[in-house]
Amino acid sequence: MDRMPRWADVILIPLISLLLAAIISAGVLLAIGQNPWEALRIMVSGSVGSTYAWGYTLYYATNFMFTGLAVAVASHARLFNIGGEGQAAIGGLGVALVALYLPWPHWSLALIGAVVASALFGAAWAAIPAVLQAKRGSHIVITTIMFNFIAAALLNYLLVGPLKPTGTMETATAPFPEATHVPSFRDMFSFGETILFRGTPANVTFFVAVALCVLVWLLIWKTRLGYEIRAFGFSEGAARYAGIGSTKIIVVTMLISGALAGMMAINNTLGEAERLILNAVEGAGFIGIAVALMGRSHPLGVFLAAILFGILYQGGSELGLMLGIPREMIVVIQALVILFTGALDNMVRMPVERLFARRRARAPLSPPGPTRHPPGRDAAPTSTTPAAE
Amino acid sequence: MALDTVPAATAVPAIELRGISKAFGPVQANKDITLRVMPGTIHGIIGENGAGKSTLMSILYGFYHADSGEILVAGRPTRIPDSQAAIRAGIGMVFQHFKLVENFTVLENIVLGAEDSGLLRPSLARARRELRSLAEEYELEVDPDAVIEEIGVGFQQRVEILKALYRKADILILDEPTGVLTPPEADHLFRILRNLREQGKTIILITHKLREIMEITDTVSVMRRGEMTATVRTAETSPVQLAELMVGRKVLLNVDKVPATPREPVLEVENLRVVDAKGVERLKGVSLTVRAGEILGIAGVAGNGQSELLEVLGGTMRATGTVRMKGRPLDLTGREDARDRRDAGIGHIPEDRQAQGLILDFAAWENIALGYHARDAYSKGAMMDQAAMKADTADKMARFDVRPPDPMLAAKNFSGGNQQKIVVAREIESGPDLLLIGQPTRGVDIGAIEFIHKQIVALRDAGKAILLVSVELDEILSLSDRIAVMFDGRIMGERLATQTNANELGLLMAGVTEGAR
Repeated sequence: MDRMPRWADVILIPLISLLLAAIISAGVLLAIGQNPWEALRIMVSGSVGSTYAWGYTLYYATNFMFTGLAVAVASHARLFNIGGEGQAAIGGLGVALVALYLPWPHWSLALIGAVVASALFGAAWAAIPAVLQAKRGSHIVITTIMFNFIAAALLNYLLVGPLKPTGTMETATAPFPEATHVPSFRDMFSFGETILFRGTPANVTFFVAVALCVLVWLLIWKTRLGYEIRAFGFSEGAARYAGIGSTKIIVVTMLISGALAGMMAINNTLGEAERLILNAVEGAGFIGIAVALMGRSHPLGVFLAAILFGILYQGGSELGLMLGIPREMIVVIQALVILFTGALDNMVRMPVERLFARRRARAPLSPPGPTRHPPGRDAAPTSTTPAAE
Repeated sequence: MALDTVPAATAVPAIELRGISKAFGPVQANKDITLRVMPGTIHGIIGENGAGKSTLMSILYGFYHADSGEILVAGRPTRIPDSQAAIRAGIGMVFQHFKLVENFTVLENIVLGAEDSGLLRPSLARARRELRSLAEEYELEVDPDAVIEEIGVGFQQRVEILKALYRKADILILDEPTGVLTPPEADHLFRILRNLREQGKTIILITHKLREIMEITDTVSVMRRGEMTATVRTAETSPVQLAELMVGRKVLLNVDKVPATPREPVLEVENLRVVDAKGVERLKGVSLTVRAGEILGIAGVAGNGQSELLEVLGGTMRATGTVRMKGRPLDLTGREDARDRRDAGIGHIPEDRQAQGLILDFAAWENIALGYHARDAYSKGAMMDQAAMKADTADKMARFDVRPPDPMLAAKNFSGGNQQKIVVAREIESGPDLLLIGQPTRGVDIGAIEFIHKQIVALRDAGKAILLVSVELDEILSLSDRIAVMFDGRIMGERLATQTNANELGLLMAGVTEGAR
């Protein structure tokens, strides 16, 4: 953390990673006979060039914020929650049940009901892997992955059976009642003759996600629980010494993480489809991992990374539409970005760190900041004025 | 003062450093260092933590590059860009923290990175033969087929030495080699080093322990604040002079304290037993009492149950038996944790500050609350009162002389001594009735040792009970009022500090009781 300035850590490195991904993507596009420059233009204008584009980009970004926050919170306790996909699916079940079976007088109350239900359902889905990890040591990566499959199977059963209205062919619940329809960006931001965000799915849930970014930041860095979660994540031994119980931290952290992932369903189920459809999560649970990685598990980073991935997602589908590039090709480009920003983070980080180290070595008289200390136990002469005798 | 009293030797130095300088940003870790190490000698390098010893040796071993200066090996200017080059130049290094593959055998570790070819079998066979002759030559017996994680640290260190010798090292650098060793293991190590010297090897010993320097080295160089302040013949110096050269002022090597006035019992332990996960009994019925206003020292070779005793009392390990704190029985079944112990008035300076006492990635202000973070002084409802924590940290840092006094700095960026001062400040200032202390000065420099010892004695004089565990017998003898010796999970005997000596305690530490004599 103290090897280079913070701006380099937060801005420069993701930027270089993105650039590398873009260069290789350009190569891929050239190889299939497309003009990369034209592709970039389409991606940018298709994702941020109009309110229509933004309406999709922010809709996807909302999904990724929820799942990204879920992974980020868990990672502070050094838990790797790969179960966002399943938790979000089950969260959708919670949203569908309260929207269909409770009478709601107004959308705002329905939204609150959906928040509570999706959080509870998502948390419940994370609870079993959490308890297994805390009490039995079953690895959370394995169990949460397995629970993704169980969630998918469960929804499959419910949506072709009990929850499917008779007489329809679609694997989905009945449409939610009118009173539960939350306002879309179009409803909120259009005025008079000017209609913005026409026909786009972005909706009020975006603000729920933004609020959660703030709440997660408060939780992790300002509350006692956040202190304990981080302490446990950094050092289990020190946490035990401090009387911070591992069972409590693992279970509570996973409940919060599961609740965050579960709340993603508000966006796609209550906000967009207005009914629960099969495979509604569409892989957003997994993209959340990349978002958290790129955002360095910080809510602000998650927010920015979620927007970036929203741009990629929307820009990518626009690319498929305009240039007739196969859908798989677009997945390749997205995968390259994930690869460079997430998995290969250190490949860029190390040389940049070294660069800064060398620059600093050349300028030994730069003002000695409090956080500038060379690595190594024995390397830093602490100030050595003799102690008072 | 006799500086640079070593006469110009006729032989060519095995290692000669000329004007080595190295800066990390604004910090000058090494300033114009000149050093001559003669072949066939044991050359000590002593200095406080942060004096630049390790940086200098890292330059010699190719981990860092000097900003200026040159290195001569056996009289020839040599460039050492990486550790491979150092090995080629005949330099071997034994690190403080061993670099061994835990689940490999001794033989596999020795061959690792020095295989003769793509096939492993011939290399292993050759290593096995060579190992046998090395073992005979230098008293370095190790079972070549033992798995590293199953042998003791003393043996692991021998493997490190063998690794260097297998790579034909003529110059051996040892960085704080006795930090992890028990006194008998350290004695054995010194025998090995003397053997190596007799066979013509050159040894550079980095340490901050004066006793070791006096015991084994031929020549000693003192470093302070990145500079080489003196090089003297060991026979012509004294611990007091060396300590003064290291710290740059007069140092009290002995603890100054008045006789204790013990009062009522604070901690009463009866028949404490601990069985570990592998079914081995670690504590076999320990009973002891600590009174208000006294320091009870627990002497013993590491691994004889002292750690378990501290962990049980500190609330991080289960046990059977009875423990009463100020008359109230403590729960030993795991229902009560470390926080309940703190609420009962027990402070704890743990044996391992890096794995337990501190969270290295946390800033100092976050560490100052560790274990006490739920107390009202640090809380505003469910929120942490960060302003209060930072103010409190700045205050404690000033009073306990933590340097640099920066509450925002991460714990990992403090030197060992200053890290320990943060832990000591936190535990003493929490106002405990009983303070558990494990290895208070392990890896801590002389200046800080003196300070920490003073704090412990002051706490005793304030009428608190103190249970001190240390593997440093000198420390136990100089701090304690009463001394209990542990061996194999039992208390072998108790003595008043004024009526015993190192010899008597040494026998008890080895398990020899009065009855057997």
